[in-house]
Amino acid sequence: MSINVDWERKDYSRIPYWLYHDKDVYENEQKHIFYGSTWSYLCLEAEIPNPGDYKTTWVGDTPVIVNRDSEYNIRAMVNRCAHRGAAVCREARGNTKVHTCIYHRWSYNLSGELVGIPFQRGINGKGGMDKDFDKTKHGLKKLRVGCVNGVVFGTFRQNIDETIEDYLGPMMSAHIKRLMYKPISVLGYQRQRIYGNWKFYLENLRDTYHASLLHEFLVTFGLDRATQKGGVEMDKRHRHNLTYAHAESDKDSDAKEAYGGVGLKSDTLTLSDPRLLEFKREYSDDRNLAISTMFPNASFQQLNNSLATRQIQTKGIDAFDLVWTYFGYEDDSDEMTNHRLRQLNLFGPGGLVSMEDAEAIEIAHRSSKGADTKSTAVLEVGGKGEISDRSYRVNDVAVRGFWSYYSELMGLEPEGAVR
Amino acid sequence: MISIQDRLAINDLFNDYGFFLDEERLEDWLELFIPECNYSIMPRENLELGLRVTLMLCENKDMLKDRIVSLQEANEFNIHRDKHLISNVKIQSSDNDKSFVTANYAIYQSDFEGNGSLFSFGHYDTQVTMVNGQFKFSKVMAVVDNWSIPHMLSTPI
Repeated sequence: MSINVDWERKDYSRIPYWLYHDKDVYENEQKHIFYGSTWSYLCLEAEIPNPGDYKTTWVGDTPVIVNRDSEYNIRAMVNRCAHRGAAVCREARGNTKVHTCIYHRWSYNLSGELVGIPFQRGINGKGGMDKDFDKTKHGLKKLRVGCVNGVVFGTFRQNIDETIEDYLGPMMSAHIKRLMYKPISVLGYQRQRIYGNWKFYLENLRDTYHASLLHEFLVTFGLDRATQKGGVEMDKRHRHNLTYAHAESDKDSDAKEAYGGVGLKSDTLTLSDPRLLEFKREYSDDRNLAISTMFPNASFQQLNNSLATRQIQTKGIDAFDLVWTYFGYEDDSDEMTNHRLRQLNLFGPGGLVSMEDAEAIEIAHRSSKGADTKSTAVLEVGGKGEISDRSYRVNDVAVRGFWSYYSELMGLEPEGAVR
Repeated sequence: MISIQDRLAINDLFNDYGFFLDEERLEDWLELFIPECNYSIMPRENLELGLRVTLMLCENKDMLKDRIVSLQEANEFNIHRDKHLISNVKIQSSDNDKSFVTANYAIYQSDFEGNGSLFSFGHYDTQVTMVNGQFKFSKVMAVVDNWSIPHMLSTPI
């Protein structure tokens, strides 16, 4: 499965469309990205607080069990029975002392070790397995687990060079620590299936200025405008990024001038119930928007007082699932909880400021599918060449950063590639 | 004991509910609610876990109106047509001018090229109130069984 990309530019300002639609590319992504030297988001510690608590999830196409053992350690393993490949754990969540596959009742402890095989010694001395069968060699495949402020990450590379803190880097770590600065409580879940290649979504999360054009609600009601004070930051290898904006840092008149003919409707439209957009400051800074994206499968968001993680689960070349986990803080008042529940109208599959993403990705996926091998996306907003942080939010640079790291992992970098 | 006339009127309310949504007559749909209404779309999973996250939450008619105005003026969504099938309307209990009514729903959705699929199914958990001789909704919670939303959610369920 060797892949050759005829890069038109070394700075990833041209992306061939076939990379979103190719079977070999997809298989290599599973191998070199999700099984490669990366850490993936698994869940929140608050979802499995007690010994025996478990949750099932996915890393790329691989089913994973995350559980807490009797010593309160969090462990993760592939949810695939060593016997015949069936899912050992069929429930979304629960509590158990042992994971038992229903098919032939092979059972595994909370560390993923194989502890029980029915008929291993046969029946009445007849049949069974040979004496040399070694149960210790047939446990569930383990992931290495790392936690940062209550967020659980895992990697299939037991000997990965970077710890989770190194992998996240100072920028992502700081963002996660800001969001998770005190104990959280999970408020609930949303899910959606988007019919497009998963990379379109990773790009969408890094191209932050689409928000102020595509998501008209943001602009119309002054929630996030490109004219606000803010910026985009990446880690040094451009794997992750953070977009942020400061509350009330622009004027309606600035926005009208900048958006020109796009038609800002802020004169004519107001909300009958403005509580939806109220911002209650709760961090030491005045950012009302801070959304970070972690390579390869997660995003951590704050918009006003709506807090959530988003997890991306690949479902083949043409689809992915997006799982939203909303949270508040353990010491939130009832009023604050109600406020957060009200503001989650902004996000999710039907979010007033996020519903458009699914449509944008689906139309991009549909229309780029039949493109010839020379057809490319054009990523030049914010300039070509060097991939670095910009103090202005209108740019495609972080998207080029994504492709730079992606190509490094996939072994697709052109000679003399910009990193 | 609820009268036959009232039963028919409650059935009509559900029929109007589906009809106005399918016809994209969202302002008419809005008038099926009282000002102090509560409208939500709830993933079945959250309901069973006792979690309160919804897919849409309007805590009064103003918020519901804001949602409609936003859909019409400030949102982009997939070009689609909905078709509601509402059945098993069951009046769970009734006292004076208040009735608790549940009904099952299925929504088929078609796109601009004439393809279609089952978009959403579940049930409505509602509270119906008599106002000036007319039944209106004071609460609608659409509990979604297939709560992993295909594509996206724009038109209310």
